[in-house]
Amino acid sequence: MLAWTIYISFIGVLVLMLLPRDNARAARIVALFTAVLGCGVAFAGAIQQAQHTNLGDVTTIVKTSWIPALGASYYLAADGISLVLVVLTGLAAVTGILFSWNIEKRTKEFFAFYLALIGGVYGVFLSFDLLLLFMFYELTIIPKYFLIARWGSTRKEYGAMKLALYSFVGSHLVLIGLIAAWVVARTQLGHPSLDLMELSKISLPVGFQHWVFPLVFVGFAILAGMWPFHTWAPTGHVAAPTAGSMLLAGVVMKLGAYGCLRVAMVLFPEGVREWQWAIATLAVIGIIYGAGVALVQRDFKFVIGYSSVSHMGFVLLGLATLNTIGLDGAVLQMFSHGIIAGLLFGVVGRMVYDRTHTRDFNDLERMNVGKLIPFAGVTFVIAGVASMGLPGFSGFVAEFQVLAGAWQVYPITAILSGLGIIIGVAYTLRAVQKAFYSDLPPLAHSDHDAHPMEPITVPERVGAVLLIAASLAIGLFPGLLMNWIDPCLKSPMFARLLNGGAQ
Amino acid sequence: MNQLDYLQILRLAAPETIVTLTMLAVLAADLTVLREKSLAVRFNLGGLLAVFGCALAAAFVLWRQDHCNFQNGILMVDRQTDFIKAAILVLTIFTILISTSGKFTDHVGEYLSLILLGTIGLMFLVSSWDLLMIFISLELASLALYILTAFNKRNVRSSEAALKYFLFGGMSAAFLLFGFSLLYGAAGSTNLTEIANNLAGKGLDPLLIVALVMTVIGFGFKVAAVPFHLWAPDAYEGAPTPSAAFIGAGSKVASFYILATLLSVGFAGTEGSAVLHGYSAGWTPVIAIIAALSMVIGNLTAIVQSSVKRLLAYSAIAHAGYMLLGVLANTNASRPAMMFYVITYGLTVVGAFGVVAVVENATGSDAMKNFAGLSRRAPLLSLCLLIFLLSLGGIPPLAGFIGKFLLFSAAVAADEKNLGLLWLVILAIAMSAVSFYYYLRVLKEAYVQDAPENAPAIKVPALTLLALVILAGLVILLGCVPSLLTDHL
Amino acid sequence: MNHSLTILTLVPFFGGLVVAGLGANQKNLARGLALFSSLITLAGAVCLWANFKGASGELQFVEKFDWVPSLGVQYYLGIDGLGLLMVMLTAIVTPLSILVSWSIKDRANVYFALVLWLQAGLFGTFTALNFFHWFMFWELGLIPAFFLVKLWGGANRGPAATQFFIYTMVGSVALLLSFLAIWLATKTPASPGSFDFIQLAAMAKSGELATKLHAAFGWQQMGLLIFLGVFLGFAVKVPVVPFHTWLPNAYSEAPSAVTMMLTGVMSKMGVYGFLRILLPIFPEQIRLVLTPLLWLALATIVLSAFAAFAQRDLKRMLAYSSVNHLGYCLLAMFAAVGAATGVNQPEIQKAAALDGVLLQMFNHGLTASALFLFVALIEKRSAGRRDLEDFGGLRKVVPVLTGLMGIALFSSLGLPGLNGFVGEFLIFKGVFPLAPWAAVIATIGLLVTAIFLLTLIQRVFCGPLNERWLKLPDLTFSERLLVIPSIALMFVLGIWPQLVQGSIDASVVKLVQQLTF
Repeated sequence: MLAWTIYISFIGVLVLMLLPRDNARAARIVALFTAVLGCGVAFAGAIQQAQHTNLGDVTTIVKTSWIPALGASYYLAADGISLVLVVLTGLAAVTGILFSWNIEKRTKEFFAFYLALIGGVYGVFLSFDLLLLFMFYELTIIPKYFLIARWGSTRKEYGAMKLALYSFVGSHLVLIGLIAAWVVARTQLGHPSLDLMELSKISLPVGFQHWVFPLVFVGFAILAGMWPFHTWAPTGHVAAPTAGSMLLAGVVMKLGAYGCLRVAMVLFPEGVREWQWAIATLAVIGIIYGAGVALVQRDFKFVIGYSSVSHMGFVLLGLATLNTIGLDGAVLQMFSHGIIAGLLFGVVGRMVYDRTHTRDFNDLERMNVGKLIPFAGVTFVIAGVASMGLPGFSGFVAEFQVLAGAWQVYPITAILSGLGIIIGVAYTLRAVQKAFYSDLPPLAHSDHDAHPMEPITVPERVGAVLLIAASLAIGLFPGLLMNWIDPCLKSPMFARLLNGGAQ
Repeated sequence: MNQLDYLQILRLAAPETIVTLTMLAVLAADLTVLREKSLAVRFNLGGLLAVFGCALAAAFVLWRQDHCNFQNGILMVDRQTDFIKAAILVLTIFTILISTSGKFTDHVGEYLSLILLGTIGLMFLVSSWDLLMIFISLELASLALYILTAFNKRNVRSSEAALKYFLFGGMSAAFLLFGFSLLYGAAGSTNLTEIANNLAGKGLDPLLIVALVMTVIGFGFKVAAVPFHLWAPDAYEGAPTPSAAFIGAGSKVASFYILATLLSVGFAGTEGSAVLHGYSAGWTPVIAIIAALSMVIGNLTAIVQSSVKRLLAYSAIAHAGYMLLGVLANTNASRPAMMFYVITYGLTVVGAFGVVAVVENATGSDAMKNFAGLSRRAPLLSLCLLIFLLSLGGIPPLAGFIGKFLLFSAAVAADEKNLGLLWLVILAIAMSAVSFYYYLRVLKEAYVQDAPENAPAIKVPALTLLALVILAGLVILLGCVPSLLTDHL
Repeated sequence: MNHSLTILTLVPFFGGLVVAGLGANQKNLARGLALFSSLITLAGAVCLWANFKGASGELQFVEKFDWVPSLGVQYYLGIDGLGLLMVMLTAIVTPLSILVSWSIKDRANVYFALVLWLQAGLFGTFTALNFFHWFMFWELGLIPAFFLVKLWGGANRGPAATQFFIYTMVGSVALLLSFLAIWLATKTPASPGSFDFIQLAAMAKSGELATKLHAAFGWQQMGLLIFLGVFLGFAVKVPVVPFHTWLPNAYSEAPSAVTMMLTGVMSKMGVYGFLRILLPIFPEQIRLVLTPLLWLALATIVLSAFAAFAQRDLKRMLAYSSVNHLGYCLLAMFAAVGAATGVNQPEIQKAAALDGVLLQMFNHGLTASALFLFVALIEKRSAGRRDLEDFGGLRKVVPVLTGLMGIALFSSLGLPGLNGFVGEFLIFKGVFPLAPWAAVIATIGLLVTAIFLLTLIQRVFCGPLNERWLKLPDLTFSERLLVIPSIALMFVLGIWPQLVQGSIDASVVKLVQQLTF
């Protein structure tokens, strides 16, 4: 059933292409319907799988032979971790469309690219064949480019091209590693294979792993926003239209992290151990650097963009711990940050920027935004607080687990990450104050006196409430997702990875 | 010499014969019946006739099951060569279809006949296992191509391009012939297998080295590999667009096939090795260097182009580099991978040039800025362009991606123990990433930029559109189900 | 299982939601509903008190559910004497604060909602026994407090609120990291780590905790490092000098009604944290660094008293005085833990000291909030002026105000017969035998406090009348009604402290047993 999430999205693209050109309303409704349907299927499929199977096992959805010469098959499957991310995609898709309800320019093309991106993302999370996974992974680059280049704002063409090229380079690094691994595995297995399950059971030569792992990991980590390959992220996020940023920060960066975990770490466990210290170091640098740079930004959206880099640092740190609790935290943080980043960009992009047409703090300070659109202020405060890692929201449990895992392996990273959290508090507070609750007197003759800001529309409210509810639900009942993730980490696929390291 | 059985020749060369007859029919039809009609009608009807003939030949060649080595390599007929011939015919069909909307010449019949003539040459090339036959077929095809390049008498650049092409081509043909004669001198036979047998165990003596280098030069020119590529950008840009398509598609398929055959069969035993830390002299390192240079120079120069046809020319040079990778891998798996790549590349390039032809006819030039807002002006056309350029860039799930994946994995697998060719594959992948940038630039014009105010309307002729849509569909289909093609290679 | 504690916390939470949902101009409804909610919780707290079995030192009204078993997180509530006291204090101060802010016009619904949410956060902190949701409520209390200062505060409210928030957050992160370490150390293959305060206290007493920490981290002094982390977390909240610099700004910039809650209850969160968490779990470490800790407590007592003396702003003076009063609590707590060699009947002294701490917390909460209530009343009349020099001879014009405020001031001073005396007396009674030198130095604080409070009375109420205030109105009837309960309690608790002590004695004894080896 879960495979239908992919198909529904692409069918949605086709339907949208066939709609008449200037009917924005029809386009929105079709897009929303498709996304909601996909999300529903995602939830239903996930719950069904959770109830009927052991989530530690990989449950096959579809498996047919595709290119026998390569050993490639059309192999879709899911385990608990895949389910978490599929559900995240569903939520992000729906709320992204809600927050883009006001797109008037070439609406159907916008949503067509959007749904194509969603379909590709579903595909990555459900693929268990390396070629298929790679295909879906690269497939997502094109819609991303067009979404930003056509409907974005600040420096959109530059930002789009930078993002596309960085992603492309990253995926090509992965390609080199994959081809090399395929050849070596073929010698070892006796037959060619790109089946992730099969490849995860063999042990590739240690020396080989030592140089292939950084290649593949960095390739994926570029998309995950690891320092110092992160520079596409702030530019890209700022340039993108709201829904684009929500998806980019919320889901697409998780593609990279997922690739790191599912492909790089599972296939090359010896390689991970060799480079564990490097990943942890770069992750911590990312946490602190991202937070520090966010603190001094003048553009509201840049703050959120850099905060995404900082939060993804937590994911990477969790991955680097190589123990159960750290990995648990990493996956949970993927989900949590996906929701929270979506919320943050939704507020900044849709609620504030579309009304104020400026993201500069110096201007916003004088606009009395908090009084004019209080819903936006409150939502941002809640989102900011969740992003800070306040208990009760999903971020806390995730960060807590990552810190716990990190402390066991490299205690100094846990302490430094704590520093990152504090800086996170600072920049969030700064943003809240400057954008919404500044004490400066409003400009005497701002042209917003003439045009009072339009009230927050229903789709925006629904989107915000959905995301807040999701973050709260997982914050208060983290067991909901942890019950999906934990069994996976005990499964044979991850056994090699975890048993060698500290528990 | 044995009694030549003419009936046998006829049967073995039936596809070529069919095409010859078609060519004559087209000429005849154009000179008589269609004389008074308009250009469009003449082109359409003549084209359809030509297409029909080619289709017939293709169907025949796929149906027959002959296996014959006629006259010791003069005409080698087996399932593989038959399939390649069919592929060439299909490419010709599409080239003709996109040329039917051309306004660059009045000599319709001659034009179509030359295309068919070139096709015949290519078909014979593919089944040649004899040095002389290779040379003759190559020349037949090349001469047709030179004239096709010159066909736009209204544009001086067409003549200039053709002259460059001809001069370069003539000189390289001379190199090739010289190389062949040396090879004959060293081996005592013109049949490829016999050459290999005679040279076995002799090692790499100076005569052989010279012969090898000459041959590589000759073919290097044909496939537009660096440093023999200097004719290509001008030729692609100046030639009428369908001719450029033909140069880039059909002729590449045949040339690579026969180059691979020549080197792996004829020069078997002198491969040498191009693996890292394992260099040994032979044709493999030479091809490796050429391939590396082509990839780098082709891709890097394409970045700065503003004319789409020149961009496609430099991209052709780069792709030639990738295909040479397949040649030098020289394993059982790499040959089908290379052919898959070349054939799908051919399909893609015909399609890309087809789109450029339409835009050129409508706006007068192929400059990138003329593509602005194409997605609004001609949505279906620009969708086809999107598919073709993304396939060239190597984006899944299109044929270009699978082709690259198959090719690169075969190349790495050529040296399983040490992954020795990985350095070349890494270079290829890196350059491929670079190529994405310039393809995206064209697509940016089409999809992101707005059309200028007074942009001329783009009317896409039906036959061309049909051809482009079918090509785009094939590109997607082969990308998702490559076994449709690879099973036969 | 009795769910009273959960209900007690949920009432203000949902009350806040309802109030927040009201429109911006329905201020009557907003403040009415808020008051109603706070009175319900007051009634509930009184019921709790009535049903509390003072004689037993055990936890009562316990609720315990598994929440996230794989992380060792439980929903674990319960109160003993200490918790009961804090709950009562919160329940009493909140309605007073709401009544004082009756005239708030700007975004009234948000204001009252934030006050109710602050109350919910406080209830949650004082009843939680598992670190997970204790920390949740600890942090959740911060947000309303921040916004209350930021949006309705004085001229310099922005930086004050930010400083307050960040300081507390730094402490919170230190707390989090420390408890993380403890959790990791107490993890076994069979069970997840422990967040349970009660369980951890038992482990500390039996020495098991130290062994586990040593085993997990290999470093003998890890326990000390963790202790410092937790200490930092609470030290910022109390506050302990030198982490106190946020307090004068926050207290003076906040609207006085909010300061009532800040000083009355929120500051007690820090001391509560010491009593509930730091003392039971880290007695070893406290003993290790006893002398520096005592010096910190003394610094808090003495330096803040001098600082208060130097102030001219009424609110800042009272703010520093707050720090000073809580310093005594610190002194008593540290002294109670310290090894008592050569002391006659140490348990009794310690019990006295800790008794004093609890009483001091409660009484100071009452008194300080009453004082700020008076400041609010003065501000209302003086259009915001609160510099000492601005006033003079007010007793001639507002005798009732003078009289009642005077009582509160004397209570703060520690006059016998008023509630402020009892706590301080017991503290000194306990500390003197345990750490005589510290007690002596602490008396300086008493002295200076007396000086500045008397100075305050002299400057503001006595002396020549400042012409400006000729027409100053005295307390209205409703204001007197507002003030009388606090004043009454001051007398009652001063004369009959047994009212409260009955409930807490057994708990204190239990705590002392916990701390003794």
